[in-house]
Amino acid sequence: MVTTEHLRERIPFWRDERVLRAAAQIISALVIIGFIYWMVVNFFEITQQRGMSLSYGFLKEPAGFPIAESYVPYDPTMSFGRAFLVGLINTLLVSVFGIVFSTLLGFVVGLARLSSNWLVSRIALAFIEFHRNIPLLVLLFLWYFGIFTRLPRVKESITLPGPIYINQRGLYLAWPRLTESGSIFLISVVIGVILAVTAWIVLRRIREVRGRETYFGWVSLGILILMPAIGWFGSGGAPLWVDVPVLQGFNFKGGLRLTPEFAALLVGLTTYTAAFIAEVVRAGIQAVQKGQVEAARAVGLRNNQVLGLIVIPQALRVVIPPLISQYLNLTKNSSLALTIGFQELFAVGKIAINQAGRAVPVFLMVMATYLALSLFTSLVLNIYNRRVQFIER
Amino acid sequence: MTNLSKEENMRKLFSAMTAVVVLSLLAAACAPQPAPTVAPKVIETVVVTVEVPGETVITKPEAYGTILARVRERGKVVCGVHTELLGFGYLDANGRNIGFDIDLCRAVAAAVLGDPEAIETVPITAADRGPVLQTGEVDMVTRNMTWTSKRDAEWGNFTWIMFYDGQGFLVGKDSGIQTLQDMDGASVCVTSGTTTEKNLASAFADAGLTYEAVIFEKTSEVYSAYEEGRCDVATSDKSQLAAVRAGFAAPADHVILDLTISKEPLTPAVPTGDDQWFDIVKVVMWALINAEEYGVTSANVEEMKGSADAGVRTLLGVEGDWGYTTLGLDADALAKAITAVGNYGEIYDRYFGPEGIAFTFDRGLNELWSNGGMIYAPPIK
Repeated sequence: MVTTEHLRERIPFWRDERVLRAAAQIISALVIIGFIYWMVVNFFEITQQRGMSLSYGFLKEPAGFPIAESYVPYDPTMSFGRAFLVGLINTLLVSVFGIVFSTLLGFVVGLARLSSNWLVSRIALAFIEFHRNIPLLVLLFLWYFGIFTRLPRVKESITLPGPIYINQRGLYLAWPRLTESGSIFLISVVIGVILAVTAWIVLRRIREVRGRETYFGWVSLGILILMPAIGWFGSGGAPLWVDVPVLQGFNFKGGLRLTPEFAALLVGLTTYTAAFIAEVVRAGIQAVQKGQVEAARAVGLRNNQVLGLIVIPQALRVVIPPLISQYLNLTKNSSLALTIGFQELFAVGKIAINQAGRAVPVFLMVMATYLALSLFTSLVLNIYNRRVQFIER
Repeated sequence: MTNLSKEENMRKLFSAMTAVVVLSLLAAACAPQPAPTVAPKVIETVVVTVEVPGETVITKPEAYGTILARVRERGKVVCGVHTELLGFGYLDANGRNIGFDIDLCRAVAAAVLGDPEAIETVPITAADRGPVLQTGEVDMVTRNMTWTSKRDAEWGNFTWIMFYDGQGFLVGKDSGIQTLQDMDGASVCVTSGTTTEKNLASAFADAGLTYEAVIFEKTSEVYSAYEEGRCDVATSDKSQLAAVRAGFAAPADHVILDLTISKEPLTPAVPTGDDQWFDIVKVVMWALINAEEYGVTSANVEEMKGSADAGVRTLLGVEGDWGYTTLGLDADALAKAITAVGNYGEIYDRYFGPEGIAFTFDRGLNELWSNGGMIYAPPIK
């Protein structure tokens, strides 16, 4: 007869798995915490010993250095804090545009790579291999020193109708700007956009649910045209004036200007990241089962419908997590801007260290900002990721 | 089956945990220790009857002597330098780092270690000059560095002005620019993180003019952008402008305006805290200047040791004490430095003289005080 008594023998604690598990966890937690504590204490000790101050009071002092491009008013008499804000805005600008353009370009190149047309897929392959195998810094130098600064001099600008001027100091366009009465117009445009988008979403939903036609497209378009028109007349008929670039002395003044530094950075970052995104997209599309494509074709969907309705929604499951990494890479790679003369956050940080003398607080600030940007980006995209996942039984 | 795999898993987990614990302990053990604190030494000197009046109690503050000890142990002097500025710190055809600033570093190495080649040159950008001094990564920075009150307060100890310079502008010959007012609205290329940037901003602001700043991190990029025509004007210390102009494809097409908008005293600097090292570097700089005053050159050092002038004999360590005992150096340390690199005039002419290997730059303010310039050093005695 089997008794269960021998199974109730006390296991000595040094062989009891539960105790060992807990002990291992506690010991390694203590070691890691101890290590971190020691590093932090050491850090503060050394900075004090070497007289490196950790205060952030210098942010209120006047910066004294110019920044080539700023999208908020800035001059050297403003504070360091202001200079950082300018740098941050520049980083955000490059990152946002970079992410948008590289995604578009990356998808196009990725799809081209999978094309059945031999020439198209080989061109895409050449693009991808070129941009993946060159260091980003070299690529930026190539675009900036090799192409953008070799455009014609200011006095011999390429002139296009518009007027649009292209020269080695930038691209200059005529651009509308708001007059004093323009704020009413701006508000009406914003309201118009919001209402149009809401109308689109709501009316489309109603059509799906009720089954009757609501002409949501036309209604949205109508709102989009009507609201600004109301604003236009409400502001007295002249809310905008056209700023035309004019050559005065050494440079063009007025209009909208795209500097070669910004352009080189944007183009370089976009093409570089697009090459990686293209490979990610290719992986995602190849991960969709062949049966899905065959079934779609059997049902009678056209090629672009197969792609848009069947393949890409399923490919997105695989594509989004690596895509998040590529976006974060792009944001952090924008810090190379300082080598080609574009002052974004990291460049402003380095200048501030030299001018204010506070290496450690500035670097902590810059690191914290990049960390915040990255975490925010991945948070937003992970939410989207969850929506795109299948709920499998 | 399930029981066995569970045991397997537990074993794997346990060994993984042990590995983590061991690695953490190793990492903690191998991580750098905090810098050992040097206990202050108190040396009491007893009153000697007639020669030395009064009691002298010498207390050396913490860190006194640490850099010299470190240099001796390492066998090299580590200097933060430029590698792309013709004349001051650049690479010759064999890739060797040479220049006016490098020679100052070599003079210190010759004085302290007896060998002018016992140096390690660390290329640094303008933005790194402060941090490398603050962290003590280098023993001295000889890199075209302007001495300002703020930098003295924050970066380190500035030793002795070895080159008086001023900020100027480089423009194209046919640009028609001759004064500051002509530059209204122009694009100006400048290196980031320098006093040049700030001086430019304030000069234009004070004159009520505007300009478009084109800012780069590396000096070489500034000038290649200027040469391409990306900007109308390049600004920096006049010596640097002369240096880069010599390297242009068509140097005659560019002109350095007479206009000077700032004082740029270029000075080698050392980390704070160690007064002994500070004094050592200063005295070597003074020796180079005094040598030119006395007419001591790298060729005639041995001969001058028998000079009739007591000042020369003290400088070369033949008699007297110029402070070498307290500084921990040999009596002939300065003689070794002069033999290795020459006196101030020789160093200057080597790179900037009429037969200079870099470019020609009039001595101007860099003449000896006895010749109307500002190069002046305290006596070595």
